[in-house]
Amino acid sequence: MFPAPFDYHRPGSVDEALALLTRYGADARVLAGGQSLIPAMRFRLARPAVLVDINALSELSYLREVDGMLAIGAMTRDAALETSALITSKYPLLADTSALVADPVVRQSGTVVGSLCHNDPAGDWGVTALAGRAQIVIRGATGTRTVTIDDFLVDSFTTAVGDGELALEVRFPTPPPRTAGSYQKIERKVGDFATAAAAARITLDANGAIADAGIAIGAAGPHALRVRDAELLLNGAKPTKELIRAAGDAARKLADPAADNRGSVEYKKDMAGVLVARGLIAALARLGVEGLR
Amino acid sequence: MSTTAEPTPDKYSLGQSMKRKEDPRFIRGAGNFLDDIVLPGMLWLSIVHSPYPHARLVKIDKTAALAVPGVVAVLTGEDLAAHNLAWIPTFHGYDKQMILAVGKVLFQYQEVAGVIATSREIAQDAAELVDVEYEPLDPVVNPFQSREDKIILRDDRENKTNHIYHWEVGKRDATDAAIAASDVSIKERVVFQRCHPAPLEPCGIVADMDAATGRLTLYLTSQAPHAHRTVVSLVTGIPEDKIHVISPDLGGGFGNKVPVYPGYVVAAAASVVIGVPVKWIETRTENLTTTGFARDYHMDVEIGATKDGKVTALKVTTVADHGAFDAAADPTKYPAGLFGIVTGSYDFANAFTELDAYFTNKAPGGVAYRCSFRVTEASFAIERGMEILARKLNMDPAELRLKNFVKKEQFPYPSPLGFVYDSGDYHLTLRKALDMIGYDELRKEQAEKRKRGELMGIGISTFTEAVGAGPSKHFDIMGIKMFDSAEIRVHPTGSAILRAGTKSQGQGHETTWAQIAADELGLDPQNIMVEEGDTDTAPYGLGTYASRSTPVAGGAIAMAARKIREKARKIAAHLLEASVDDIEWENHAFHAKGLPGKAITMQEIAFAAYTNPAPDSEPGLEATFYYDPPNLTFPYGAYIAVVDVDPETGFVKVRRFLAIDDCGTVINPMIVEGQIHGGLTEGFAIAFMQEIAFDESGNNLNTNFTEYLVPTSLETPHWETSSTCTPSPHHPIGAKGVGESPNVGSPAAFVNAVMDALAPLGVTHIDMPLTREKVWRACREASTA
Ligand SMILES: Cc1cc2nc3c(=O)[nH]c(=O)nc-3n(C[C@H](O)[C@H](O)[C@H](O)COP(=O)(O)OP(=O)(O)OC[C@H]3O[C@@H](n4cnc5c(N)ncnc54)[C@H](O)[C@@H]3O)c2cc1C
Repeated sequence: MFPAPFDYHRPGSVDEALALLTRYGADARVLAGGQSLIPAMRFRLARPAVLVDINALSELSYLREVDGMLAIGAMTRDAALETSALITSKYPLLADTSALVADPVVRQSGTVVGSLCHNDPAGDWGVTALAGRAQIVIRGATGTRTVTIDDFLVDSFTTAVGDGELALEVRFPTPPPRTAGSYQKIERKVGDFATAAAAARITLDANGAIADAGIAIGAAGPHALRVRDAELLLNGAKPTKELIRAAGDAARKLADPAADNRGSVEYKKDMAGVLVARGLIAALARLGVEGLR
Repeated sequence: MSTTAEPTPDKYSLGQSMKRKEDPRFIRGAGNFLDDIVLPGMLWLSIVHSPYPHARLVKIDKTAALAVPGVVAVLTGEDLAAHNLAWIPTFHGYDKQMILAVGKVLFQYQEVAGVIATSREIAQDAAELVDVEYEPLDPVVNPFQSREDKIILRDDRENKTNHIYHWEVGKRDATDAAIAASDVSIKERVVFQRCHPAPLEPCGIVADMDAATGRLTLYLTSQAPHAHRTVVSLVTGIPEDKIHVISPDLGGGFGNKVPVYPGYVVAAAASVVIGVPVKWIETRTENLTTTGFARDYHMDVEIGATKDGKVTALKVTTVADHGAFDAAADPTKYPAGLFGIVTGSYDFANAFTELDAYFTNKAPGGVAYRCSFRVTEASFAIERGMEILARKLNMDPAELRLKNFVKKEQFPYPSPLGFVYDSGDYHLTLRKALDMIGYDELRKEQAEKRKRGELMGIGISTFTEAVGAGPSKHFDIMGIKMFDSAEIRVHPTGSAILRAGTKSQGQGHETTWAQIAADELGLDPQNIMVEEGDTDTAPYGLGTYASRSTPVAGGAIAMAARKIREKARKIAAHLLEASVDDIEWENHAFHAKGLPGKAITMQEIAFAAYTNPAPDSEPGLEATFYYDPPNLTFPYGAYIAVVDVDPETGFVKVRRFLAIDDCGTVINPMIVEGQIHGGLTEGFAIAFMQEIAFDESGNNLNTNFTEYLVPTSLETPHWETSSTCTPSPHHPIGAKGVGESPNVGSPAAFVNAVMDALAPLGVTHIDMPLTREKVWRACREASTA
């Protein structure tokens, strides 16, 4: 299959891109890695009249730490995270995710920001962004704004990015000491979207209690979901098997997945719980806390 | 046989891992596949498909599509009916299939109209504009529902029933009696799900009618170009000399490129009518939803045994789902293919099998997906049955097999369902496998793990195939006997061209065919060019599927080469000034008896054949041979899978997999290993992730590679391989064929391993694919029970 007819622009600067997006409004779509948009166009599920290709904007390709945050530019590919020493040493949750999203070929093109903007209910980066308390920087004709990931994920395939706007980067707070995370995913094969997914991020205090927890699940609702009840249970508590089981149960309760070829509602709900528990166990193990299986 | 001495291996000998001659062009992207073919003035065909699985066609409005600039024609079933092409007979002639729907559509995605335009893009855009009005009818999506005959699907047929045929072989009463009288018996329904060969290159055609010469050239993704030429001639009445079928490089076939598809017929008809070339190439979705599926057998397996584990009787009762038309490409006398191999590697005194086939609102097919006509289904049934029996007897499954194998001194072994197995040493092969995998150690480890509640399983499959169809007394397709052929021409300087009636789709014929001829003739295999797939040049053959190429065409090549060698012997006698009777063939050269030092090579003889021919003999050095095999061949193997199951998620980790294959004489071990790796990967996919499933409304749920899963190197287990060798006594070089063994044998090994892991939970059987959810559910139900 091939796409329905469309016009194509390849701006040379962010300003030029914004001018095009402003001009074409709802008719235009940003083309980043193309790993979601192009397949949708080939199946003619998406029929944008105009593509604004931002691949020439190399200034949007970066991974850098600024003011206590890691900033990932809109043209930074998944593969860049996978091979970055900064990510593998300091951001285990992101490192885990970048190794599990899609397949190695897709990761050469796909971008983290593009994935967030696509907001597939089973996408991986939204889950990690929730657990990691990410923020997204959006620019439009009238200026730049920053939104939390919770406000960014509006509905399936819908985000806070409006017509005429461009997401510039996603920011993850740099983890404080005694912090670790883990990303867990069940997939039918490499390159498949998640049957179920969970991200866990834990900061321990000096007494070994949980100072701050970020827990989220994927493929369990219209978009990635923060498991608030689990976070509430975990914050301030000492990690125990029972606590972990309860966090998993909170995820089971929250999960509202759709049945499809990947699995039934019943299975996916249970897996949300299993993966939250496993994510916590793995994150705690990274902090040297063992024996919780 | 004219050979005089046991040869010492040299560079001409069989059994060497010569690199594939075809690979440089494939690796460099320089192959010539169907979609690479572009002819001047060529038009494109795009097909309109039905969204409904069962509906009456009310009206087709072409107006909007015809109004698109660049659209040349829009064809419907009614248009084809005017040329008597709305329906064509299926391969075995028992049924017919629709080319473009007339009256009703019978499966979702059925071909309804064809749009011909000046570009592929225009054809596809205009196809969206063909306005088809349907009146939906209730669909029938499973054969058990079909069997009730409440909704009759095929009102075009005389018999108002969905039942297609009943087939049976063996002794019903004796088998029933033996099972009833047995100390122990098992009965289990095992389903081999509907799956799809899914070759990476889908099907396609470029049809080129040359109005000036009256010749129709068809570039076709065809595993059987000659058979297709004959079908086209029979259906259209165009004389066969006016039809030229060329099957270019093929990107996989696996049985999917044997049938005739509507796109071929519409493109060819359009080219004939319009007088310019017309091209059609499938999308992935078209390939998965409309072209030949495989399996869809629901099998009730019953085995009777004595209490010490000697099997006494086997009965298998099958309900087969054939989809909308009976388009399975089986040999005429074998509607259920070679399913009679279901007694497998075991010596059953009594056996009986019967099968009933039904129409449903699903795509037609039932092709031999990397298997010799339903051998995979049969192997799965018996290997699952033996496993279930072992558990019921509380006996080790390896021991049960060793106790019941046909013994090597029983060959040639007449099976109770009518085959005569050529050769084998099943005990040797399984013992080698048990040894290599460290079976006893694994069982000890498993016992330890079970004590800790961990789920580890070991699964065995010791299958026997019947391949190489086949002897002319039994096998034909459309009446054409299933021989195959080879033609070899040796050039003056000692190189050669070899043509065969087969067609490689990735099997490496350009290499292995050259190796067979090289060994017979003492010529350099690098300089034996192999050509297949062009009906103007290749001798007539029935093509490549059902592991028949080496058993049949391989025999033809050896025999054609031997004809050449006999002529060469005369030339040698002439050159050596000796009597023909005194000429000996040794170490790939001729010498006069007693004078081995003065040898004369085939290269020298080739030159003489053109420059200094023997008196009383024709110049030149070439031969053609049509080989009618005296029997099928019976390759077999012993496969063992070791798995760990995670009960919390249902994930199955295939920790080890060992495949020991016995395919008789091995021509090229590297190619055999490659075939085994590919087939095991397919078997793994079938066991764990692949299915063409339908919802209750008849919607196909697996229409692209996001939903029909093809494993990558990342999740594919590591394969361990080895072999034993019992040559076929009746094949010219003792070879049996191997391409399909791993797909045939492995699914049962995987499933047996998982069921062994789940044995402590009391789980006996789960139907494939063994998805995480099914395994999770089984674990969960066991823990709550
Ligand atoms: C075979 C395959 C397997 C996959 N498996 C997975 C998987 O397992 N998990 C997973 O999460 N994803 C998976 N994906 C999706 C993949 O990760 C995509 O790369 C990702 O979802 C989108 O990123 P992209 O850069 O390719 O975006 P594009 O496809 O270019 O764009 C996606 C959408 O986001 C919009 N967009 C992109 N960038 C911006 C921007 N800067 N500002 C505003 N809007 C923007 C586009 O307009 C479009 O609507 C898979 C894709 C393929 C092809």
